[in-house]
Amino acid sequence: MIVRGNETVLVQGITGKQGTFWSERMREYGTKIVGGVNPKRAGEAHLGLPVWGTAREAARETAIDVAVMFIPPFGVKEAALDAIEAGIGKIVCLTEHVPVHDTMYVLAAARERNCQVIGPNTAGIVTVGECFVGFMPAFNPLVFQPGKVGVISRSGSLGTLVCLNLVQAGLGISAFIGIGGDPVIGTTTRDALMVLDGDEKTAAVALVGEIGGSMEEEAAEYARGMKKPIAAFIAGGAAPPGKRMGHAGAIVMGDKGTYAGKKAALEAAGVTVCPTPSGIAEALRNG
Amino acid sequence: MNFAEHAGKALLKAAGIPVPEGVLATTAQEVGRAAQRLGPCVVKAQVATGKRGKAGGIKVAADATGAEAAAKAILGMTIGEHRVERVLVEQQMPIVTEMYAAVLNDPVSKGPLALFSAQGGIDIEEIAVSHPGALVRLPLDIRKGFDAPRFEAALPVKLPCDRAAVADLMGKLYAVYARNDAELVEINPLIVTRDGRLIALDCKFTIDDSAIPRHSAVAETGTPDRLTALEERGKALGLKFIELDGSVGVLANGAGLTMTTMDAVRHYGGQPANFMEIGGESYTKAKPALELVLANPRVKCLLVNFCGAFARTDVMAEGVINAWLALKPDIPIFFTIHGTGEAEAIAMVKERLGITPFDLMDDAVKAAVTAARGGAA
Repeated sequence: MIVRGNETVLVQGITGKQGTFWSERMREYGTKIVGGVNPKRAGEAHLGLPVWGTAREAARETAIDVAVMFIPPFGVKEAALDAIEAGIGKIVCLTEHVPVHDTMYVLAAARERNCQVIGPNTAGIVTVGECFVGFMPAFNPLVFQPGKVGVISRSGSLGTLVCLNLVQAGLGISAFIGIGGDPVIGTTTRDALMVLDGDEKTAAVALVGEIGGSMEEEAAEYARGMKKPIAAFIAGGAAPPGKRMGHAGAIVMGDKGTYAGKKAALEAAGVTVCPTPSGIAEALRNG
Repeated sequence: MNFAEHAGKALLKAAGIPVPEGVLATTAQEVGRAAQRLGPCVVKAQVATGKRGKAGGIKVAADATGAEAAAKAILGMTIGEHRVERVLVEQQMPIVTEMYAAVLNDPVSKGPLALFSAQGGIDIEEIAVSHPGALVRLPLDIRKGFDAPRFEAALPVKLPCDRAAVADLMGKLYAVYARNDAELVEINPLIVTRDGRLIALDCKFTIDDSAIPRHSAVAETGTPDRLTALEERGKALGLKFIELDGSVGVLANGAGLTMTTMDAVRHYGGQPANFMEIGGESYTKAKPALELVLANPRVKCLLVNFCGAFARTDVMAEGVINAWLALKPDIPIFFTIHGTGEAEAIAMVKERLGITPFDLMDDAVKAAVTAARGGAA
């Protein structure tokens, strides 16, 4: 998903340390935050913004396009269901270590109400020059400059490095879509690719994948029909099998999930797969 | 977290799924005694890994003497990286047919997926290839639970047992999955006996690590990952540290960037010595993290790769520099630093360590790989 600068954002967990810090950064950058949620502080003001007890209460008083959650793992299910019930169309879930069954419950409820979920375990999304939602350093000129490359990444730290490389290479960024490092997520690589394909401000795509699951393979099926050039890097090729490297992995079925399988699928679809992330900027500049 | 067969079967049994009568034992004498009561039996190594049969960890015995001999052969053997300390002695079952049943988290349908095949006993990947038509795949809505009528309708016309019995068993298997925040619960083989009963002959069960805090009693019966002595130290310190075979020590922030640093080391002809992620809250633990990386005798040099998003590279670099100066290790160190706080971080590295971080990650990696080979940096 892409969030535009005119969309309104509700911050669930706005009064916490992270919620406060990042709400301030988001507002400075241009994100239209209309307030936040904390059941214990309903009716108060925080950062000069209203605090509601629930997202449903907030939605009764003001129009909300996006909810972003600074919520601990075991509180995510309730908070997300509250946002879905409130009729909010986009939810950004940053939290790591959300139980997968809770994620699946939220995604089933979201699908029924036509609500898009991004994450869990994402660093968020950036629409360069307009707004950002989450905790990517959109405001850092080394990392983000306006341009035409759309970036999809499962990882925040690696996604940051790729954006920075693109900026160093003189290529700017249209949008960054952090999809998250969990095994089950609301917006897949393919979903994000479709969004960037349809985004008129995006002319090329940098795809940052990881071993595990089959999202890159599914994205490759879609990439086959795309006209915009795509360069990719898949992290984890050197990871020994059976060991989890920080991000939760996924079940490998047949030849899906391995580095070799993802590389082959993407290359067959015409995607340039780079051996190190610095190759992405080069490939897109020359392509 | 994985579970050994007996621990998984305890969960099946609690949900009303029949399992063979059996005893968990740690000595051959105990196995002999159990076999006297059970009669013809199977002695099975209890380690949370596959391929036990191929490794010789499963043996059939006709009587107590045979069972004792089997236990002596199996106890103490190593399968994968697991030493066998316990065996499960189970009554032999009169098998007519072997089937397959599982429920797992499915990233594609983003919900639970029930899998069933009337052809079982072999890996699901093999079933998918050799009998694709026989594999029933039913995505479920986790809010509504198991859908028995839909499952029954999806079953093949010809079955070696009662259809309703299979649906009933799948419902119970789903309950084990849902109740315990499982990633996967699998029965392979699920057997049909001569008198038409369904019995779980094996069980693979994996719980979602993120959900363990709400399943502490069940998690007690699981098999924690086998860790090296250094990994144990890392775990106690709350660090994500994995020891590997190579010689380039790696320190980076964030799971994706750390993996990528390892990939780049390998791409340029070296081998990483570890996975160590010190970003986020962990930068305050730079000293113990560095001690841990350096405690690995294979480490010939250290590669530090920071990319600051919300994590500040100046704060992380300061932690590493302080630790480096306190420990004074006798190996070269290479930095590449980008993002939030990079100007301050780079200046600090130059001033306090007298070295210049590399502009390009690839150049830092190449220098580290050369140094690890014993060449000039």
